[in-house]
Parts: sequence; structure tokens; C-alpha cells
Amino acid sequence: MAPQPPLLTMSGITKSFPGVRALDGVDLEVQAGEVHCLLGQNGAGKSTLIKVLAGAHQPDSGEITWRGEPVTLGSPIAAMRLGIATIYQELDLIEGLSVAENVFLGHEPTSAGFVVRGSAARTATARILQRLGHAEIDPARLVGDLSAAQQQIVSMARALSHDVRLIVMDEPSAALDPEEVDNLFRIVGDLTADGVAVIYISHRLEEIRRIGERVTVLKEGRSVAGGLPAESTPTQEVVALMTGRNVEYVFPERPEAGFAAGREPVLKVEGLTRRGEFAPVDLELRPGEIVGLAGLVGSGRSEILETVYGARKPDGGRVLVDGTPLRPGSVRAAVRAGIGLAPEERKAQALLMLESVSSNVSVSTLSRFARAGWLDRRTERAAAHQAVRELSLRPDNPDAAIRTLSGGNQQKAVLARWLLRGCKVLLLDEPTRGVDIGARAELYAVIRRLADDGLAVLLVSSEVPEVLGLADRVLVLREGSVVHTADARELDEHRVLDLVMEGSLTP
Amino acid sequence: MTQPATAAQKEAPTSATKSTGGQEGSRRLGLRWDMRSLSLLAVLAVLVAVGGITAPDEFLATSNLQLVLTQASVIGVVTVGMTFVITSGGIDLSVGAIVALASVWATTVATQEFGFAGILFTAVIVGVGCGLVNGLLIAYGRMVPFIATLAMLASARGLALQITDGSTQIVTVGSVLDLGARDAYVLGIPPLVLIFAAVTVIGWLLLNRTTFGRRTVAVGGNAEAARLAGIDVRRQRLYLYLLSGLCCGIAAFMLIVLAGSGQNTNGNLYELDAIAAAIIGGTLLSGGRGTILGSVLGVLVFTTITNIFALNNLETAVQQIAKGAIIVAAVLVQRRSMHGDA
Repeated sequence: MAPQPPLLTMSGITKSFPGVRALDGVDLEVQAGEVHCLLGQNGAGKSTLIKVLAGAHQPDSGEITWRGEPVTLGSPIAAMRLGIATIYQELDLIEGLSVAENVFLGHEPTSAGFVVRGSAARTATARILQRLGHAEIDPARLVGDLSAAQQQIVSMARALSHDVRLIVMDEPSAALDPEEVDNLFRIVGDLTADGVAVIYISHRLEEIRRIGERVTVLKEGRSVAGGLPAESTPTQEVVALMTGRNVEYVFPERPEAGFAAGREPVLKVEGLTRRGEFAPVDLELRPGEIVGLAGLVGSGRSEILETVYGARKPDGGRVLVDGTPLRPGSVRAAVRAGIGLAPEERKAQALLMLESVSSNVSVSTLSRFARAGWLDRRTERAAAHQAVRELSLRPDNPDAAIRTLSGGNQQKAVLARWLLRGCKVLLLDEPTRGVDIGARAELYAVIRRLADDGLAVLLVSSEVPEVLGLADRVLVLREGSVVHTADARELDEHRVLDLVMEGSLTP
Repeated sequence: MTQPATAAQKEAPTSATKSTGGQEGSRRLGLRWDMRSLSLLAVLAVLVAVGGITAPDEFLATSNLQLVLTQASVIGVVTVGMTFVITSGGIDLSVGAIVALASVWATTVATQEFGFAGILFTAVIVGVGCGLVNGLLIAYGRMVPFIATLAMLASARGLALQITDGSTQIVTVGSVLDLGARDAYVLGIPPLVLIFAAVTVIGWLLLNRTTFGRRTVAVGGNAEAARLAGIDVRRQRLYLYLLSGLCCGIAAFMLIVLAGSGQNTNGNLYELDAIAAAIIGGTLLSGGRGTILGSVLGVLVFTTITNIFALNNLETAVQQIAKGAIIVAAVLVQRRSMHGDA
């Protein structure tokens, strides 16, 4: 390649917040037309770095050059003018506005300077969506009515509505199906072919191998390696750079096949159905068993879990715990019967972000620590402490604010909530979402240990290897129907994906 | 929650208590004076100093201090109820109107025939009844609190006007009037102030020491998470508006004692005063964090300002501008301290 100035160089970037040094000397160099991957554990500084790049945070020191010229990114608008667009992990769309209005928010095509030309925006939006391979999204629809995957496309369309030279994507694949991910990669390929650079952040190493060209690794606010070849750097080396130690990405050992066959099922699901979401499902869960639901987003996996839990009202069928049917559509009935849920959106559906670890753990068990409504806070805190200790949650302090914990430890707090409650059936929806690689193995071990202690676990994950590695039995879902049930050891990722896409594998 | 705890779980808390019991004792006992409460206390101290300097003879006179506290008591009781509602992520715009309705209903000729008990009972029941309607509409009718309580504001005021036909209903029951008289003061403290103190203490305990308080905070912090954790969010919401209505009923009774009459214009703009006091006290308008102490300090600050302005013969207009400035300043401080520990 002919030597030309890199599109972007950042050197010696530091940024402190009260009490935290988020960035402590980061160097990053991005060439035009490349896919540059940014790797690091949660808390390594990735988010802060991309906010600096987006003009949302001002660095305390360090230099940024753009096409050879030193620049300051004083505001999001300044960054956008240079051609830097950012697609955040937490989508920043306005649900009450249409697709086109969101795409052109802040730079609407106007007549006479202020009259918005809605039709022009819609036409332009349709063109961008076409380019993204999603012509089926109507530019006039409200964003709030779209699925998560479609919203992601809209976010991307918004980025492309500017004259971009660099797109930063923060975990764009987290909410996507394998099929959608393929489409995403195709788009990324098109963009780079046009000379646009992409900074790609993901926890999934296999994705980085597929599309990345070079990798920069962040650890504790510092860039510990820059410009590694994405394809050929051994996984061991990357993980070691990220964690500072050698971590083997392994699943805990399973008990022998059929170990639970003689046990009485604790959870029975009979013909449970919700119109438009999933066809009648039958399911049995025995103590000590981990059963996985594999399927694409929209295959009904999370919906089944939430209906079993009573958070959605079924149109038919029933759920039995220890042979007793539950009142349909009642979370309280499910909880009382001994079912617990670790929901998909941890922050939105499970955690009280302003509260301590202890309050978050005890929230489902308050009555046990109260006499006539009066809380015995000592016992409550001690019990919560005991529960989080059993799951080796860090820090070992029940008074710590939950929001200061990493994703993995927040998830442990949610598990501790149900451990404390003494539940018999644990429903896990995407238990490792937003949990970094180092902490995943530990979480897997915790889940297996809970099962070994007699809990029945129903697991949903969009990561097929996770389902196959952790579960004993796997139910494969396709468009709301169970298309295959098998021992996890008899399946491999390829077969599951085949089933998920086609639903026609001969047994 | 009848889930029997397993033997292991029963044992677990005791052993953990032993290991951590010592260190937590001292930390958990005292009231937690956060920065905001301290700064409000400082503001209050400055105000007292200003009052003492600008009107040295009048402000610090026992009778004036008794007056300030009595005035703070009525709105203070309403604010305690409001603090619960706001902590749960709701709002109650109808408090002033409920106070008005309860005060006129409890002072009709028919009610007064039942004497002291009749008046007290009617005031409380009307308050709780209005709270019940609010609560049912919000919790089970899935109405937005702002709209449901706005509707209650309009109808309760209308009903109060209809009952009185715009006239002032003089209280003739001696025992009620006696409660406001100097003879009823306990060690120099007016009974109404004692009621306020009792409501404050009970409110503080309820919010900080009971499952009810914890659930209130959980619903306000994240209603969906609370629901998925097995909390009956709707019933909790119903109780909260009942509680607010109850506080309004008590406040209406206090107002009857104070004014010796019931009027349909009673409690005018109490909703705004109560919300403002709760907010400057440190309760988050978005829910999830509430402080009774802060609210009480907020009420005291506002009442003291009103008093100082009145003693110095300043116009109401100036007084209202000062109130507005204090609200802005308090929220700015609140934002800074939020950022500080984020």
C-alpha cells in the first residue's frame, strides 16, 4: 500500500472522571477503507474512547489528527462535520418519530431554511435503506413500532445520511441474528469498498476474524496492542492481552447424559401458546437439568420464557410447577411457586440502578426479613451478603452501588436474588449479554453449580455455542415452533444453524 | 410469601450476621445526612439569621416561631404524602383540591352535629376516598398519574364549590377550635406541630424501615424490574395514592383547626408547594429516590421565607420570585451532586 497519512490517529488520549481514570494513554490509528476492531473487557475504556471520537467527551490530553491535520472534536456536531458517525450500543433513536424523521434528525432537508420537506427526507431515507438491503422498512413508520434489529438498521441509515468517512459501531451484532449479522457484514464490506473506515467493537472474536483487518486492544484505559492482524493473531494471545492472564474459554463439565431421567419434572409446560408469537410448546424440566432454547431473534424464545414466567398472558396451555398449575399471566403466582427470571435486558427489567447490591438481591424476598412490614435490615443485608458470596460476586460488599458493578457481577446479583428466594426453576434470558469474555466462563460455572445443587434451568441465548456448551438438552425453535429436540452433545453449531434456518434436517 | 426456606437458607443469615454484625452497627444506626440535607439546613440557618437581623424583635419571638411552625405543619403533612408518591415515580396534582373538599365536607352543618369526631372522621375519609379514586384510576385504569390527578383536582374543587356555594363555613364545635388555642399548647408547642412531627416520624419510618417503603422505592426506580421481581406494582401504586389522600385528609383537619372554618379555596396551589418542597429536599422527580427529612426541610425553608417577607412588609410578588430562584438553585445543586457521585 502506498504510504498515505492515516485517516485518523489518536495518540496519548487521557480522560478522567471524578474518581476514575477512564482513559490512560490510548493510541489508535485507522486507515481509510479498513475495518479496525477495538477489543477490551467491559470497563477497559472502549465506550469513553468512542465518545471522545464522537465529540461527546473532551479528552484531558492527547492529540487527534484527521487526514494528517490536527483537529479538536469539540462537539458531536464538529465530529459529524468531519464525517465521523457513531452507532451506539444503546440505540439513540426517538421512538415517537418516523424512520425518515429519525434518519434526518438535526439535518432535515428544508425549503426556505425551515420548512421540512418530509417527502424529500422519505425518498432519501428509502434510498439509504435500499442500499442497506432493507427496502422493506417503510420510512414513514414510527421507529417505536420496529424490531430491535430494524432499529439498528435505522441507526445505520442515520449514520449514512451524512457524508461519512468513518463509522464507529459499538457492538452492532449484540441484538442481531446470524442472518442479520451476515447482512451487517455485507454492508460493512460495501462501505469499506467505498473507502469508508469502520471502527468495529464486539465481544465476539469470531466476528472480528471474519471482517476485521486490524485490532487494537484496550486494557484498563490503555492501548496494550495496536494494529494486530485480525485474522491471524491467535485467540490465546488476544484474550491474554485483554485480561492480562490466560483464560480458557471453557464450559463446565456436564453430568452424564440422561442423569435426570428418573427425577420427577419440577416444571411442566403443556401446550403453551401465544398467537403470533409461538405455537403450542410442551416442555419438561427436571431438577439439575439445564435445557436450552436455540433460535433466531423473533423465533419466540424470549416470549416463551416470559410467558412461562407469567409476564405475558398465554392464549392457551398451562404451566405446572410440581404438578400444580399456575394462574396464567401472573408473575406473582410464578414467583410464589418457585420460578425466577434473569431477563434479557438486565438494566431495564431486573435492576434497581440507584440501589445497593443488597437491596437488589433482597427485593423478591423482602417479606422474609419483615415482621408486620417492619424490615430487619441486618438480617436482610446479611442474607444478601451470603447469597452474593456464594456466587463470588465482586466486590464482596453488599452496600456497593449496583451501577458500579460490571455486567457479569450485575448478572450474579440477579442470580443471587433468586438463590436467596430459594427458587426451583431458573429462567435465564441471554445470561451473558454484555458480560466480557473473562467473566463468562465464571458465570457458566455458577449456572452449572446451581443446577448441580438441584435447580432446573431454562436457558435462552442467541449464541449457539453457549446453548450447546452449557445445556444438557436443547430445543431448537424456528418461527415460533419447536423443530427439534436433542441432547446437546448430539448437536453441533452447524446443525443447529441449519435447523434454525431451514427447519428441515432429517433426524 | 409462604415459600418455606430450606435449612441451609435459614442457617445462612445467622452465620453471616455473626461475621459482619460488628462493623455495620454504627454505620447503620444514625440518620444519613447527605450533602443536600446539610445544605438545606445551612440555607435554613441563613434564613433564620436574616430573619433575626431584619426583624429582630418580631422574628425570633416565641409567638412568631410558633406561627411559622404551625403554617409549615399543614403543607408539611401534605408534602410527606407527596414525597411517597413522587418516590414511586408518580405525581399527585390533586392534593390542594382534596384538602379543600375534605375541609368543606367536614364543616357542613350536618357534619358538625357529630362534633369533633365527626369532623376529624369526615376529613380523613374524604381524603382517603379521593386517594382511592386516584389510585384505582392510575393502578388499575392504567391512567397516567398526571392526568388522573389533574381530573381529580378539577372535580374535587368543583365539588367543594358546590358544597359551600362559595361561602365560608364557620366551625362552631368548641373542642375543635380549642385545639388551635394557646391553652392547648404542649410545652409551648402547638398541637398541629405535634401532629406534623408525628406524621414526619411515621413517614420516615415507613419509607426507610419497612417493606412498604422498599417497594415504593423499587417501583419508582424501575417498575418493570419490580414487577418481574414479583412485587405487586399495581397494588403498591394504589396504596401510595391512598396514603397521599390520607395525608390530605389530616391536613384538611389541621386547616379547619387553624382557620376555624372550611372554605372551598383552601389548599390553593398546595400541589405546587408540596412538589417544590419535595424536589428541593432531594426527592427525584423521576422516582426511585426519596427523602422525608429533605421534604420537611424544604417545607421549613419555604415557610420561613414567606414569614420573613411578611415581617419586612415585602410584596408577595417578590416572595414568589425568591421561591422560584430557590427551586432553580436547589435543582442545580442536586444535579451537580448527582454528577459528582456518578
